[in-house]
Amino acid sequence: MKNNIILIVVATVCVLTSCRTNTDANEGRALRNAEVKTSGDAEKAEITAAPLVPKPVGNRPAKKLIVELETTETEGIIADSLKYTFWTFNNIVPGSFIRVREGDDIELRLKNAANSAMPHNIDLHAVNGPGGGAEVTFVSPGKEASFHFKALNPGLYVYHCAAPPVPMHIANGMYGLILVEPEGGLPKVDREYYIMQGEFYTKAGDNSVLVFDNDKGNDEKPDYVLFNGKKGSLLGKNMLQANVGETDRLLIGNGGPYRVSPLDAPGESFDKGSLEGGSLVNHNVQTTLIPAGGATIVEFTVEAPGEYVLVDHSIFRAFNKGAIGKLYVSGEKNHEVFEKIK
Amino acid sequence: MYKIAVTILFLLCFFACKENDFKKNPEAENNGIKGIDINTKMVFIQGGSYLPFYGDAKKQVSVASFLLDERPATNEEFLAFVTVNPQWRKSNVKRVFADTTYLRDWPSDLQFSKDQSGDAPVSFVSWFAANAFAESTGKRLPTLDEWEYVAMADEKDYNARGKKSYSDYIISLYLKKNKQLEPVKKSQPNAWGIYNMFDRVWEWTDDFNSVLTTGDSREGSYDDKNLFCAGAATSATDVLNYAAFMRFGLRSSLKANYTVANLGFRCAKDTNIITK
Repeated sequence: MKNNIILIVVATVCVLTSCRTNTDANEGRALRNAEVKTSGDAEKAEITAAPLVPKPVGNRPAKKLIVELETTETEGIIADSLKYTFWTFNNIVPGSFIRVREGDDIELRLKNAANSAMPHNIDLHAVNGPGGGAEVTFVSPGKEASFHFKALNPGLYVYHCAAPPVPMHIANGMYGLILVEPEGGLPKVDREYYIMQGEFYTKAGDNSVLVFDNDKGNDEKPDYVLFNGKKGSLLGKNMLQANVGETDRLLIGNGGPYRVSPLDAPGESFDKGSLEGGSLVNHNVQTTLIPAGGATIVEFTVEAPGEYVLVDHSIFRAFNKGAIGKLYVSGEKNHEVFEKIK
Repeated sequence: MYKIAVTILFLLCFFACKENDFKKNPEAENNGIKGIDINTKMVFIQGGSYLPFYGDAKKQVSVASFLLDERPATNEEFLAFVTVNPQWRKSNVKRVFADTTYLRDWPSDLQFSKDQSGDAPVSFVSWFAANAFAESTGKRLPTLDEWEYVAMADEKDYNARGKKSYSDYIISLYLKKNKQLEPVKKSQPNAWGIYNMFDRVWEWTDDFNSVLTTGDSREGSYDDKNLFCAGAATSATDVLNYAAFMRFGLRSSLKANYTVANLGFRCAKDTNIITK
């Protein structure tokens, strides 16, 4: 009996230690980052509207940053000449792109516009703390709140409003992305773009301005599935631009609230893609899956000029609901890579 | 000797007053309220029981009969209140009782904005101010249960919660901007004969913060676990009632000295009449 117990204990210890040996660079990373000291005064972080992203962090040490966001309820064009009552961060859908470095100390200031009808808040998936900041930033119309967090885990993260009823706040456009770059920054690329997908469930409101439709939301039947909150936001003169031979990076999020986005650029496989925005890197990907409330980073080098289409490959959404954009690539034709024969 | 005694006495009095000043609390402040004569029509609300939006899905809460103002308090009425209660004027009010946006759009102490109708609901008023106003009219704020009990009604039925259109209709009213600038009683009353439950302002209730959504209703539990340790982590009794989520969300975002653009109040009163 006694021998059996010893055997079990020894076996357990062996199993536990064997797990421990399975380490990687990320183990203990958050704990190490928690110890990083920042010095100097806090400065205002650069934030941008899609499809632009702020400057890379490069080699800078961790520092103190202030991020200012305002929640608003505002009318804007959703498709063609149709208006929708969006709820936003900083009057844009998706909300401002936030870019920080691991170890940074961030003071997030959230102001709810005085003419808001609703309370709002922010839940950043990059935050280690209750509700990602949702509780401490829950603000009535016209009020402000702020909190501090330290960026512990590098990656691309969604932020969104988590005020009740949460689905309604997200469906109205209250989401955006925050990128936490690793020490030394992400590998240098030629261009970076910010794209975020979201669904819209609409019905006619006052003065023919569309508003959120509770029933369609609950049935998960959107009228629009859009990139950057507007039909055609990445088409025509708004097409993303690139040059042959460049390496480009797309920072893509999916606000949801419901659909999973199989994102695909036909004719251009993603050379490199971070799985779900995390540290695991996948290569030679044709279509990458982005969960609702998730994100991904893809990198690619374009070899031939022309228009490349970016779609949600759940293809009705692209053809009928708006989830389509284009990348226009300028440059010399490369006959080695692509050529019409007849 | 006599002079010294008087001086000491004087000093004592002085410090005693100081002390008093220090100890001032909302209760004491309210005690100095002067009455005003306002004859807002009150409606008799027959008591009964109802299922609260937050709580045990099987537990009905009883509400005793009471009287409720048929509409929210207006700018004109609030002007009458601050006229005789100078401590509640814009320039005199203490920050602990009302934050910096108190009566924000009033150009001066005894004047509301030209953009505001006199018979539009008063807004940018704190819970303390609403309470003081109620006291000056010999009334009180309705409890959250009383307010929600009356809010179950639509134009036809005392309890319209089961109707599919009920929540949607309220949401459409909630989403309208600047509705607080319009006069009261322009829309249809509900089955009780009560006006403007949803189409003008959010309204303070006496115990507005007794039910706390956590600022993140996904958790499906309550902030105050002692108050709501009802076994399973139940949350809303009707998860499709988005209008109620919005209302309870708004309430839980408030502090008693907050003043907000679209937040006003109406008054209630106890009654000895049990049934009518």
